[in-house]
Amino acid sequence: MKKKAFQAAFPYTLPICAGFLFLGMSYGLLMKSKGFSLFYPMVMSMVIFAGSMEFVTANLLVSAFHPLHAFFLTLMVNARHLFYGISMLGKYKNMGWKKLYLIFGMCDESFSINCTVDPPPGVDRGWFMLFVTLLNHIYWVTGSVLGALLGYAVRIDMTGIDFAMTALFLVMFTDQWEKTRNHKPALTGLGCSAACLAVFGSGNFILPSMACIILCLLANRKTNDKEAGEQ
Amino acid sequence: MTTIQSVLTIAAVAAGTMLTRFLPFILFPEGKTPPACITYLGKVLPYAVIGMLVIYCLKDSFSNGSYAFPEVTAGIFTIMLHKWRKNTLLSIGAGTVLYMFLIQNYF
Repeated sequence: MKKKAFQAAFPYTLPICAGFLFLGMSYGLLMKSKGFSLFYPMVMSMVIFAGSMEFVTANLLVSAFHPLHAFFLTLMVNARHLFYGISMLGKYKNMGWKKLYLIFGMCDESFSINCTVDPPPGVDRGWFMLFVTLLNHIYWVTGSVLGALLGYAVRIDMTGIDFAMTALFLVMFTDQWEKTRNHKPALTGLGCSAACLAVFGSGNFILPSMACIILCLLANRKTNDKEAGEQ
Repeated sequence: MTTIQSVLTIAAVAAGTMLTRFLPFILFPEGKTPPACITYLGKVLPYAVIGMLVIYCLKDSFSNGSYAFPEVTAGIFTIMLHKWRKNTLLSIGAGTVLYMFLIQNYF
């Protein structure tokens, strides 16, 4: 039963494998270039397993110590998982011990496969989803470790590797922009954050930005909901 | 940061991530539906947060000596390349290499 589920799950994870090895390696390299040992990206990829937040954490680790700020920033950045969870309430039902790991490892990519792919007949859904999640987790940890190792092995000037994070978010922003006609939420994010950056300065603008974004989004609920309905 | 502070920061991030992943399953055990306001935020927040993260990445770029020239150049290049080829890895890879080249040689 397990073998069949693995064979069904593996092909779906191959594109994720390429992406995670590459992004994980940039992340490992970035951590190494900031002076962290191999151990840091490895453990962070194991226990956090949320790509964009790990890039942000690399920055947090070299700024002033502020765990509450880190916690709330994480809630905001990963708020989308709340809604992945809401969509998976039904599919993860009755999975026993597997459910805990399925929820723990519910990154964007595992979610997108588990939410949309129906395993072929005769394949156990629980094991299928478990292997999807586990394989993605393994790719991500492997990528980060390889990247950090590369940082030890290769003596090249890594100045500017941080831009991988900026590029990642720009690409996500572009993808999202093209997926919808209602650009107000995206512009609200940009606008509120830019305004708060100007007012509060680069050290203190994240919390006010988050508050400002939520208030603006709630205030525009009627129009946003209506436009979402028209699409 | 000391090692203990780093560990605490990582723990805070891990705890925050787990809270966002587990909370729906704790709040809505079988069959309960979430309120409309939460469903709405779930729809629009992902767009807004990525916008916020873009600004977060550029937060120190405009106050240093280069006036964000390398960031803006490599950023526009990344977006253009992505609109053209639609290949995430290519866009991120090429954008980062361009940025590294600019910052290491001209700034």
